[in-house]
Amino acid sequence: MDETGRPRRPLRNLSAKLAMLPMILTALVVFVGGTLWTVVHSFTDSKLLPRLDWAGLEQYDRLWSSDRWLVSIENLVIYGVLSLVFSFLIGFVLAALLDQKIRFEDTFRTIFLYPFALSFIVTGLVWQWLLNPDFGIQSVLRDWGWDVTVDPLYDPGIVIYGVLVAGLWQGTGFVMCLMLAGLRGIDEDIWKAARVDGIPKWKTYLFVVLPMMRPVMVTALVIVTAGIVKLYDLIVAQTGGGPGIASEVPAKYVYDFMFRAQNLGQGFAASTMMLVTVAIILIPWAYLEFGGKRR
Amino acid sequence: MSDSARSAAADPSGPVPTGPRPRRRVSRGNVMLYGTLIVIAVYYLLPLYVMVVTSLKGMPEIRVGNIFAPPVEVTFEPWVKAWGEACTGLNCDGLSRGFWNSVSILVPSVVLSIAVSSISGYALTAWRFRGSETFFTILIFGAFIPYQVMLYPLVILLRELGLYGSLWGLVLVHTIFGMPILTLLFRNYFATVPKELIKAARVDGAEFWTIFLKILAPMSLPIFVVAVILQVTGIWNDFLFGVVFTRPETYPMTVQLNNIVNSVQGVKEYNVNMAATILTGLVPLTVYFVSGKLFVRGIAAGAVKG
Repeated sequence: MDETGRPRRPLRNLSAKLAMLPMILTALVVFVGGTLWTVVHSFTDSKLLPRLDWAGLEQYDRLWSSDRWLVSIENLVIYGVLSLVFSFLIGFVLAALLDQKIRFEDTFRTIFLYPFALSFIVTGLVWQWLLNPDFGIQSVLRDWGWDVTVDPLYDPGIVIYGVLVAGLWQGTGFVMCLMLAGLRGIDEDIWKAARVDGIPKWKTYLFVVLPMMRPVMVTALVIVTAGIVKLYDLIVAQTGGGPGIASEVPAKYVYDFMFRAQNLGQGFAASTMMLVTVAIILIPWAYLEFGGKRR
Repeated sequence: MSDSARSAAADPSGPVPTGPRPRRRVSRGNVMLYGTLIVIAVYYLLPLYVMVVTSLKGMPEIRVGNIFAPPVEVTFEPWVKAWGEACTGLNCDGLSRGFWNSVSILVPSVVLSIAVSSISGYALTAWRFRGSETFFTILIFGAFIPYQVMLYPLVILLRELGLYGSLWGLVLVHTIFGMPILTLLFRNYFATVPKELIKAARVDGAEFWTIFLKILAPMSLPIFVVAVILQVTGIWNDFLFGVVFTRPETYPMTVQLNNIVNSVQGVKEYNVNMAATILTGLVPLTVYFVSGKLFVRGIAAGAVKG
């Protein structure tokens, strides 16, 4: 079925080639072409309209000396690291709990995963309401006589943690699902062997099963990380980047400079930095996954 | 306890179980396990519960009461207002406009993206040619490129095509960005179909489209359903493309919802906001609860390597 061994005949299987045209155009024009276009234009002084006036690294200089960008990066790092750690931790624990051959497994799974079906806008707005200092959780706790402050969304120092709580609520179910699929793929005999050897269950999970789940872990890591870099809607809905600039993130920086401040060059430079971030994560992964063996 | 039961069942050469079925006992471990699960489940359900009760209260009740309390006096007025009267800027025709915009974006986007991707996936499995796998690899890597990098080039592209700001422009964008995951999904599924089947059809003289439409598509209905679920929830929940590629008159529901709730003018009506939020979440939630395991299969599709 594979034609590679035969002499090339460009008109062979014409309908197949035509059918693949949209995919080829998307890959080449939008993904490769669009990316190159943006990267090239990030070295120009484009303002209102994209222009090819070379400006060297000027946009990047300006970007890295902008407070707002630095706050955005800091927020993304805090949100990213914590959301990875916690979603994997909680996701794995939930998956392990569901894997105990419990009753109502489907019900519990449905409950843990439903937030993932909701948009970040809905998620952000619900948690904005729950964390409302006048009517939300804080007010309830104070009514109960606890003099506590649960007001992350209006406190610049901790606002990103307020967003994190919402992000985790939305996304841990997804990680749990992947982990559960990984757990179900573990050979029954492993469990038998561990039981025969008298290894406690938690130790089996930690030292035997977890290392065996490396492939699932790695894919989940890549997917979740790529999602974190795109963090945008949740911020827009929940905090709008505020208070002040305390919860800004790179994706919002890009949007605001490209489509609001009419400062395209900054938007291009910032989006190129996002691309670089993803590349730093993706290239080692691709190398590890596909570099060693022939596909 | 249940472990040994399972391993005995899994091993056909093992001893045949005799005697009465062992009764499930309520052990301390079990209480802990279910207790933990129930507490976590309550945590996950709480925001949904708060959304619903808030949307059924009147504003005076919200001001004095606590957000977890069920409504003393149930009112559907916030829902009516959210649907038909809530304001964004000068427009006060509620979320209904956003809903219908979303529907008219959703339907062609889902149809077009699935049509294009399923055919690509089919061509990739059954009609490979030199370089076809390379394009596919680029496509998959493209899925990880932050959308922000491709936004402006797409704006230019759509403007050149005369589609910028129109519904079809957004449909095209959804088709483009749905392509990596969907093509992967279909390619992996079609790869499980026995090659002999397609070979036999080709020997019988069936050509590209006939094989796809008459043989492959009819036997692949489950994967089409998975793709529909994936796309309906994904496109409905989109915010970024909606805000970049449409005009205020054609804003999808998510964008309009955000504008209604986060608008700075006027008195905040939390009950109307929550009703609007549920209304926007209702479509993907319905799809989720109805589809059950197929939804899980859809989201896990990205994790299955091709």
